[in-house]
Amino acid sequence: MIAFILKRLAVAIPTLLVLIILSFILMKVAPGSPFSGEKAIPETVMKNILARYGLDKPQWQQLLEYIYNIIFRFDFGPSFVYRDRTVNDIIAQGFPVTVKYGFFAFIFATVIGVAMGIFAAIRHNSWGDYLAVGFTVGAQVVPNFVLAPILVLVFTLWLRWLPGGGWNDGQWNYVVLPVIALATSYVANIARIMRSSMLEVLHSNFIRTARAKGMPGWQVIVKHALKPAMLPVVSYLGPVFVGMITGSVVIDLFFSTGGIGQWFVNSALGRDYSTILGITILLGALTIAANLVVDILYAWIDPKIRY
Amino acid sequence: MKLRNVLGVAIAAALLSSTAMTYAADVPADAKLAAEQVFKYRVLDNIRALDPQLVEDVDTAYVTNQLFEGLYNAGPDGEPVPGVAESYTANDDFTVFTFKLRDAKWSNGDPVTAQDFVFGWQRAVDPALASTYAYFVGLVNIANADDIVAGKKPLTDLGVKAIDDKTLEVTLRASTPWFPRTLAHGTLFPVNQKVVTEKGADWTKPENIVGNGAYVLAENSPGERVVLKRNPNYWNNDKTVIEEVQFLTINDENQGLTRWRAGEVDQTDVPAGQYPALEAEMPDQVYSVPQFCTYYLSVNMTDSAPDALKDKGVRQALNLAIDRDIIVNAVLQGGQQPAYSFTNPNTAGFTMPTIAAAGMTQEERDAKAKELFAAAGYGPDKPLTLDYIYNTSEAHKAIIVAVSQMWKEKLGVNINMSDMEFAVLSDRRHTQDYELARNAWCGDYNEASTFVSLYDSKSEQNDSGWSNPEVDKLLADAKLAADPGPMYEQIEQIAAEEVPIMPIYFYAKVFLQKPTVKGWPYDNVEQTWYAKDMYITAE
Repeated sequence: MIAFILKRLAVAIPTLLVLIILSFILMKVAPGSPFSGEKAIPETVMKNILARYGLDKPQWQQLLEYIYNIIFRFDFGPSFVYRDRTVNDIIAQGFPVTVKYGFFAFIFATVIGVAMGIFAAIRHNSWGDYLAVGFTVGAQVVPNFVLAPILVLVFTLWLRWLPGGGWNDGQWNYVVLPVIALATSYVANIARIMRSSMLEVLHSNFIRTARAKGMPGWQVIVKHALKPAMLPVVSYLGPVFVGMITGSVVIDLFFSTGGIGQWFVNSALGRDYSTILGITILLGALTIAANLVVDILYAWIDPKIRY
Repeated sequence: MKLRNVLGVAIAAALLSSTAMTYAADVPADAKLAAEQVFKYRVLDNIRALDPQLVEDVDTAYVTNQLFEGLYNAGPDGEPVPGVAESYTANDDFTVFTFKLRDAKWSNGDPVTAQDFVFGWQRAVDPALASTYAYFVGLVNIANADDIVAGKKPLTDLGVKAIDDKTLEVTLRASTPWFPRTLAHGTLFPVNQKVVTEKGADWTKPENIVGNGAYVLAENSPGERVVLKRNPNYWNNDKTVIEEVQFLTINDENQGLTRWRAGEVDQTDVPAGQYPALEAEMPDQVYSVPQFCTYYLSVNMTDSAPDALKDKGVRQALNLAIDRDIIVNAVLQGGQQPAYSFTNPNTAGFTMPTIAAAGMTQEERDAKAKELFAAAGYGPDKPLTLDYIYNTSEAHKAIIVAVSQMWKEKLGVNINMSDMEFAVLSDRRHTQDYELARNAWCGDYNEASTFVSLYDSKSEQNDSGWSNPEVDKLLADAKLAADPGPMYEQIEQIAAEEVPIMPIYFYAKVFLQKPTVKGWPYDNVEQTWYAKDMYITAE
């Protein structure tokens, strides 16, 4: 197991390097620059700007210095657009916001989704099942950019219960709507996967054996069926977790949370090279880490898998 | 005979006479103030660096305008009113201005001195800081600015000198009677030398920043909000009423409207196309006021342009065939004004030129357009196809769809439209890599040269690449003229004849504001507002 983890980590480093190099090249190839604006900048001023950020050096040298600074100083450089901030500052400010609502959304989606899936599977072909399936279909076809305005309309404008945006240092009432808007479609996905996987497990021989022994229904579910039925859900949860804590562009922009998702989009549109790269690397590293965790969980849940 | 600048003297006299008066929140005796004096202003984008010399976008400038104060502020009608300066004197040809500073303090208690201005202005042109607005200092004619930016002269050569702690002397490279009008611009704000030098790039962080405006920075969470609190060290603090100013970033205009309805913001822009409906719904809370910007189409005037656009008749025909009234009344519907020339009609001291096309009916314009187009050899047998580029936006798209429809129906011209990100569009415009392009310009200071100087063949902002020796000469002469007005008019006439741009409309700022907000400068076309001049009344 340890050897497996080490092997995976050894692969992760070159993967990240390839990611950095590819992002760097793609970014430079894209037309426009961080300093493209309504007002053209005189050549003399532009020269000063490029010199200040080292953009006048050859591209390969910029890339090498960039990688060097990350590895040896953990420094992602200054932002070219937010000129009193470094990329480290931006991530330090935006990432905790995203992690907070992403984490709650993940817990919410997993707990509700799994519970709903199990319920629907046990009550197969009953009204409860139809209701759960109906909800999942509905929640899946309503994207979060449609759901978010509906939530604001109902909870902010009509009921006046919750604020329609902002973050206010993560005060609970500011977190509720982003969490629901982000989690709902995932609840639906998780419930569907859980339901079909549970149905399959419930029809397998070892469950029939357990029932034949006279084991009570709920014990069969919890002791025997839950673990194998969770397998497909767990493999789905890995990318969901990364997707949630790295932020949703829609949620960040719509609710003005200040989270990392809106920085990602704004820096891409504004060609803020260092910020795009910094966030890309962060997301890349998180994705690799989450996949590793999923693989380890797999081995723990499924005795058939050995590394 | 000595050059005598009539206009300049008039401006100077008006300013000097107003020096005794300062501007602050003017609360009538019978007004009932709200218990909570908080003003919540919605901004579209993230607030950027709160360093006055690095500010380049309007939203961030709104924040730094509260945190810092220049020599003069923009008054409620846009005319300069004293800020840190109490008064000034100028020499006869308006090349040397001497400012007398009042006893003002920084938010940390330090006195604001003339040296703080020298330091701030030198910083603006410092190649090491690399400010994108460094060119502004040269634009307003401060001596040696351009050479310093180019690295040819040391910082100390900049035409600004502290005679003593309370006296600042500014030397200009040309007669600039309108110089006081440029002083409310953030690039010319002072900064606290000690704090900037000690804290380096971190000096604008909330724990470090020191300003001399009526407010201090309490919280900076870009993407969410920036919060300012009243500065007890501000020289006119006794007159400040609003305790807290919040800038709330809301990237979506409709979400801005929703949060305005929920009472979460006091002011937000009207989403495109919704002005008539909102105006009918709540006429006392919807405003449309003139804004200091002009919307236009740039025409590529360089060798890389297609042959058709090199023909003046074709350019004139296209320009005439645009029905501006339809654009403003049917497409935009927000109180914008049709434009036939470039300089914004609200520019101080500017008389609108009499453009022939502006006086015609649209039928007359169309007839003339068809005639010119046929004379140029185009028509049903030889249709013309042109490319148009614009940055992705529903509003810009609606305009070009309407314009291309007019061209198609009247002249048989086909337009290939392509939309792109703003960064790409602006680069292509600056390098004349286009045929026709969407464009817009907002004045940097309230004098006509902020617009007409774009016609200068050497201007970086001349996106058309238009070069006309007569215009260049007129622009050079206007800088020294007693009354540059006739020269500006002549430039506009030449531009209307040559059509390097097709002006479409003059902007209106269309916004929603709670009726409890008082003291907003509706008549200031540059929309420079100061929370210190405002107050909130009880419902």
